[in-house]
Amino acid sequence: MEGVKITKESDARGSFCPGPLMEMIRLVRSANVGDVVAVISGDEGSKKDIPAWINKARYELIGMEEAAPGGTRIICRKNH
Amino acid sequence: MSEKLSIVLFSGTVDKLMAASIIASGAAAMQKEVTIFATFYGLFALRKGDWKQNRRISKDFEDYGAQFLQVLEAKKAPNWLETIQSAMDIGNVKVKACGLTMDLLSIKLEDLEPIVSEIVGVAHFIEEASDGQIIFL
Repeated sequence: MEGVKITKESDARGSFCPGPLMEMIRLVRSANVGDVVAVISGDEGSKKDIPAWINKARYELIGMEEAAPGGTRIICRKNH
Repeated sequence: MSEKLSIVLFSGTVDKLMAASIIASGAAAMQKEVTIFATFYGLFALRKGDWKQNRRISKDFEDYGAQFLQVLEAKKAPNWLETIQSAMDIGNVKVKACGLTMDLLSIKLEDLEPIVSEIVGVAHFIEEASDGQIIFL
């Protein structure tokens, strides 16, 4: 995700469902409005779970990218 | 009014306690109002400190029990009690104790893990769970 400045990132690899989602929720809660936060998850389910939560909470999913090794970086903007 | 999910936690085996805690977390994340009604063996498992020695596995999957518990330890999966606590941190989750079980076994609220907020009867639970989903574990 070029051009996006991530304010805070948490590496949740090694954490099991729903750990990475809980980490994303904590990050977003502690962030300021406008901040972009990211979680790196090695849990396959997170790729569906975290976007579903972002959608439900009406935040903005900036994107997902493979973050080597064995993790996906899921990026969210706290837009309200 | 937010949607509700109620879990009747009847079992006290680690596999079912884990399932209950994870479903509660997902529901809390998705902004549901979650109530766990702990009764019978589910309430036994919530007695203070019981989680430390609880290595029970459902009888029907007993042959997987040792392997399951070993994997949980080896991979340092959080225990079910921690999972419920973090669900409480991020959402609306309440754990209530069944009055009947408390009376039969002379258990008091202070004998239970502090996540249990109150003692209720079945009618209160049914009333509170109405208009929502109920899961029996």
